[in-house]
Amino acid sequence: MPTYRKWFQPYVSPFDPCPPLGPVPYETPAQLYLGFQRPGMPQFSPFQSLSHGTLWPALYTPYTDPYRGKRRPA
Amino acid sequence: MWYYEKKLQYPVRVGTCNPKLAKFLIEQYGGSDGELAAALRYLNQRYTIPDQVIGLLNDIGTEEFAHLEMIATMVYKLTKDATPEELKEAGLGAHYVNHGKSLFYENAAGANFTASYIASKGDPITDLYEDIAAEEKARATYQWIINLSDDPMLNDGLNFLRQREIVHSQRFREAVEIIKEEQGKKKIF
Amino acid sequence: MTQENRVPESYYTDLKAIQAIDFTLVELTLYLDTHPNDFEALRQFNSAARKSKALRSSFERRYGPLRQFGHSYSAYPWQWIKTPWPWQV
Repeated sequence: MPTYRKWFQPYVSPFDPCPPLGPVPYETPAQLYLGFQRPGMPQFSPFQSLSHGTLWPALYTPYTDPYRGKRRPA
Repeated sequence: MWYYEKKLQYPVRVGTCNPKLAKFLIEQYGGSDGELAAALRYLNQRYTIPDQVIGLLNDIGTEEFAHLEMIATMVYKLTKDATPEELKEAGLGAHYVNHGKSLFYENAAGANFTASYIASKGDPITDLYEDIAAEEKARATYQWIINLSDDPMLNDGLNFLRQREIVHSQRFREAVEIIKEEQGKKKIF
Repeated sequence: MTQENRVPESYYTDLKAIQAIDFTLVELTLYLDTHPNDFEALRQFNSAARKSKALRSSFERRYGPLRQFGHSYSAYPWQWIKTPWPWQV
């Protein structure tokens, strides 16, 4: 199974005015890997499906704020 | 023809009285990659897309109006009980002067909605690639709003809408395969 | 401030049951748009459509019409214009 979040590290210059924030995340959700959907894939129940936003677990790619807990001390 | 249904597609809840979030959410109401632009983009492209994928554009375009109504509900709930002073503090002072508490098709920076957001080239591959990009742009916009929002109940609705962009993108990618006319040759669906 | 036309708690759960089955129908619709020959999905679609129809008619008997322009019945007086609207609940 592919990972749905990747990171890259931008070049850090000694002359950057701000301290580096660290690696930069970007999302690579399920639709990038699934291809033409095969028939008969496992499904969520109707209620689960509504709360997940899709009928198929194979397309479900949840998101959380990648900066959460990474706030700089004020 | 369309029929209105007196229900939201998904139960929208807003947990905290924070009109600042309305200022961000309006991006998905009247912004370049918002739900209105999406609905109008797909429904307009229906007329000139190959027959095999008209149904898909029609149905995704229709679903986008349900999403527009969810965003409107969030904005309405966040602003309806705010005082003018609170709206000013939320960065909505200029909006209030111009529009009162009514919603307006504008982006988060206050720029009016414009038809130039709605791409339409009339070349099927170009238009479908545009649609895939539009879904990814809307997904990214939801991510940025979620990063700025600290209301878990509101984020629940935003996560639903973000997941819909993923499913729409998947279907548009399949539509590309269908009009390339290679799909049926490899496999029977 | 209490309102006499405030919806009962059951409104939300009953509505959610319709939202759930109707969401399955949205998903199956978009899927069938690109997979028109998937017979199993089509059967599931028709059975979910029947379920939605049944849920919606019992909902409408309790809370009023869901659909416009003659796709729902109305009791007297004309129920369609009654609050709350979806963005108000």
